[in-house]
Amino acid sequence: MEKWYLMTIVVLIGLTVRWTVSLNSYSGAGKPPMFGDYEAQRHWQEITFNLPVKQWYFNSSDNNLQYWGLDYPPLTAYHSLLCAYVAKFINPDWIALHTSRGYESQAHKLFMRTTVLIADLLIYIPAVVLYCCCLKDISTKKKIANALCILLYPGLILIDYGHFQYNSVSLGFALWGVLGVSCDWDLLGSLAFCLAINYKQMELYHSLPFFCFLLGKCFKKGLKGKGFVLLVKLACTVVASFVLCWLPFFTEREQTLQVLRRLFPVDRGLFEDKVANIWCSFNVFLKIRDILPRHIQLIMSFCFTFLSLLPACIKLTLQPSSKGFRLTLVSCALSFFLFSFQVHEKSILLVSLPVCLVLSEIPFMSTWFLLVSTFSLLPLLLKDELLMPSVVTTMAFFIACVTSFSIFEKTSEEELQLKSFSISVRKYLPCFTFLSRMIQYLFLISVITMVLLTLMTVTLDPPQKLPDLFSVLVCFVSCLNFLFFLVYFNIIIMWDSKSGRNQKKIS
Amino acid sequence: MAAFTIAAGTGNWFSALALGVTLLKCLLIPTYHSTDFEVHRNWLAITHSLPISQWYYEATSEWTLDYPPFFAWFEYILSHVAKYFDQEMLNVRNLNYSSSRTLLFQRFSVIFMDVLFVYAVHECCKCIDGKKVGKELTEKPKFILSVLLMWNFGLLIVDHIHFQYNGFLFGLMLLSIARLFQKRHMEGAFFFAVLLHFKHIYLYVAPAYGVYLLRSYCFTANKPDGSVRWNSFSFVRVISLGLVVFLVSALSLGPFLALNQLPQVFSRLFPFKRGLCHAYWAPNFWALYNALDKVLSVIGPRGFLRCLTLCALSSFMFGWHVHEKAILLAILPMSLLSVQKAGDASIFLILTTTGHYSLFPLLFTAPELPIKILLMLLFTIYSISSLKTLFRWSFTLVAQAGVQWRDLSSPHPPPTGFKQFSCLCLPSYWDYRHAPPCPANFCLFVCFWRRSFILVA
Repeated sequence: MEKWYLMTIVVLIGLTVRWTVSLNSYSGAGKPPMFGDYEAQRHWQEITFNLPVKQWYFNSSDNNLQYWGLDYPPLTAYHSLLCAYVAKFINPDWIALHTSRGYESQAHKLFMRTTVLIADLLIYIPAVVLYCCCLKDISTKKKIANALCILLYPGLILIDYGHFQYNSVSLGFALWGVLGVSCDWDLLGSLAFCLAINYKQMELYHSLPFFCFLLGKCFKKGLKGKGFVLLVKLACTVVASFVLCWLPFFTEREQTLQVLRRLFPVDRGLFEDKVANIWCSFNVFLKIRDILPRHIQLIMSFCFTFLSLLPACIKLTLQPSSKGFRLTLVSCALSFFLFSFQVHEKSILLVSLPVCLVLSEIPFMSTWFLLVSTFSLLPLLLKDELLMPSVVTTMAFFIACVTSFSIFEKTSEEELQLKSFSISVRKYLPCFTFLSRMIQYLFLISVITMVLLTLMTVTLDPPQKLPDLFSVLVCFVSCLNFLFFLVYFNIIIMWDSKSGRNQKKIS
Repeated sequence: MAAFTIAAGTGNWFSALALGVTLLKCLLIPTYHSTDFEVHRNWLAITHSLPISQWYYEATSEWTLDYPPFFAWFEYILSHVAKYFDQEMLNVRNLNYSSSRTLLFQRFSVIFMDVLFVYAVHECCKCIDGKKVGKELTEKPKFILSVLLMWNFGLLIVDHIHFQYNGFLFGLMLLSIARLFQKRHMEGAFFFAVLLHFKHIYLYVAPAYGVYLLRSYCFTANKPDGSVRWNSFSFVRVISLGLVVFLVSALSLGPFLALNQLPQVFSRLFPFKRGLCHAYWAPNFWALYNALDKVLSVIGPRGFLRCLTLCALSSFMFGWHVHEKAILLAILPMSLLSVQKAGDASIFLILTTTGHYSLFPLLFTAPELPIKILLMLLFTIYSISSLKTLFRWSFTLVAQAGVQWRDLSSPHPPPTGFKQFSCLCLPSYWDYRHAPPCPANFCLFVCFWRRSFILVA
């Protein structure tokens, strides 16, 4: 593409911000005995390197599952093994069995941060660049600005390079999947997505839209001809990729079951710690976690999740389109986040990635959502002493979005894609003309609340009787915002084709 | 919402650039800092806890006060803000004290003082004529100049990682240059005089100022062919200039004169006792002579800028005990020239790339290695691509790893004596206390010298 040098500059800015954030503290730094996610990843390198494959997911004297046992699918384990080989080459003390527990040093931190950067550079960043280059109907400058905004999204940077995780791998694979499927390379796309699921099981949040979209494509091609062939090919690709990843664990039934038990810990309850979803917020008023028995909780969350995502998925199956696919990814992941079982606050990144993909189409709402998603991570980031980088990256992201997309000029009904919806409503309520202004006011209120809450959490001490007051308030406010977004995204999905049909009738 | 739009400044790229680089500087807060951090903490302590009469005598720490009095007063003012962050840093005996609050305060003070630099860049942009109006934003000279100055790699790593206060000092210099361009000579002279009393290293470029002010301000008229009209000499103007310089110096050195401490102050500022004898002066004198010989034919503000860059380069090449950071003294003014003429842009690119690369040994810690590589790549790629787009060049790469620029739009053939430099070999000896004798810099110097001759003569 022309102006390749501008894209290079954007990538370099993204990398610089990532590395400077990584100079800060990580999760569990200097906090024995359990430490945090950083120690978990180091421990997995130790386990996968020193123990045979059959023992990775089992409790044994060498592998105490209570101390950060492996609870991600096999691809994470293989990645940890690869990092362990490099670690052994540099300093074997880092992964020595038992004795390396709680190992912390500057050199080790540099090594771990480098592994994250390399994984990011190889998988996520090329996907973002390619995605932005493949966007249709926008100028080169807007594509580059889009790439800049996506690469500056604070949530992913702070969690991966601050708290310490490898979300960029699974999100990168999912993005390759989206790219493949949108550009009609269905087999490669589904292969990439299977790799994503096999890296982190949370990617299952995205699985329904992929399934519905590909099914819809097969239906469109006709189930008696090409469609059926495509369906069979896709099924084979998925099965083959799963078999390849799980090969060492398919030898015995007990192995497979144990891995599944580790991946889906149903015993851990409806939610753990503070998370910005419905159950945690509801728990503030009514302690459902304690009142209802475990299986009722499961059924309830299952029902709510599927009821909220069903309309969008059915629509996607019947009318598969690239835009509908991305919007359904958002609403589906958001439904799972709000209503599902055992959700962690970091899972908001699974919603943020599809929202980044629709940034060029609905800049105002996407920017708003991405700001709220970063805000919802505040309690976690404060625990990791990442206040300064989170404030700075959020401001940088906001400035980038405002200057790239002029988001405050795009708040009309048409720009928000709510035109057909408001026309439908006006048939029953003629005075419904204030939608755009209402949304602007809501935005102002939301931002002011977020800023105030951040200031309060940082400067004030919570009262003695309610030590978790600020975390709960943050979760509650974020949850309200997310509910609003769930409604909004569902509206624009459902009212999308109607405008298409109406326009066809008019013309 | 309309108010919000205006406030957010949808068209205000300058604010976005300034804010962006400020946020980057905030991200650099936890990086490695050098002994200069302790130097400035010590000066905060000295100026805060001791009376003026002790400032230039205090020697508890090895980092004694060796900047002119204005800088000492600046540290004094800062110390009154510092006491709200961490009182302990203001104790002279707390050597190498660097609590997290101290770090935060010092880093923020550098970032805050850069506001003066941003203002100066804004003023310089006003002096650049946007000839090619109507083109897209990223190809306008003002935009490119703002990025080249505000996002300058050298300034970022020296000020915000290594730790120094060059930002606002260069701001003062750029402001004085801008005032001279705007024909507000008295203000330009005033700002430069103030700058000299903040950091005396700018004495190296004082000849350029002196001669330019003499030529363009004190001689009020020119003959039709452009040469000076000798009988238009204005004594009033000379005296008023002298008065400005005298008043500033009086304000700075007055208190120490009254305390009879001038010799001590000068011994701190110009440390002869470091065993350099006459040899210390010879290269400087020659550097000054070099510059003076050239500058008498200076015409116009652009010529002044060339002369200033030449003085800075001379001092860098031939001065004694020059820090590699002094290359910034040549790079920053040259940025102003680079967006206006293709030939200057080509020399600027080589100067800036090699100059910035020569700053690499300043940051020798492992975690900062990716930062310096990324920022260097960022600045280099941007400067090359934006200047190339601005002047629509084509490069011709010469076989022996040398690079020769040709401005296709120039009607003149390349100057006859213009030798292509045979190598861009980069310095191989790294000791951050000494300026490495770099063939590339020398060749650059020669090129720039000859080019200035041709353009000015």
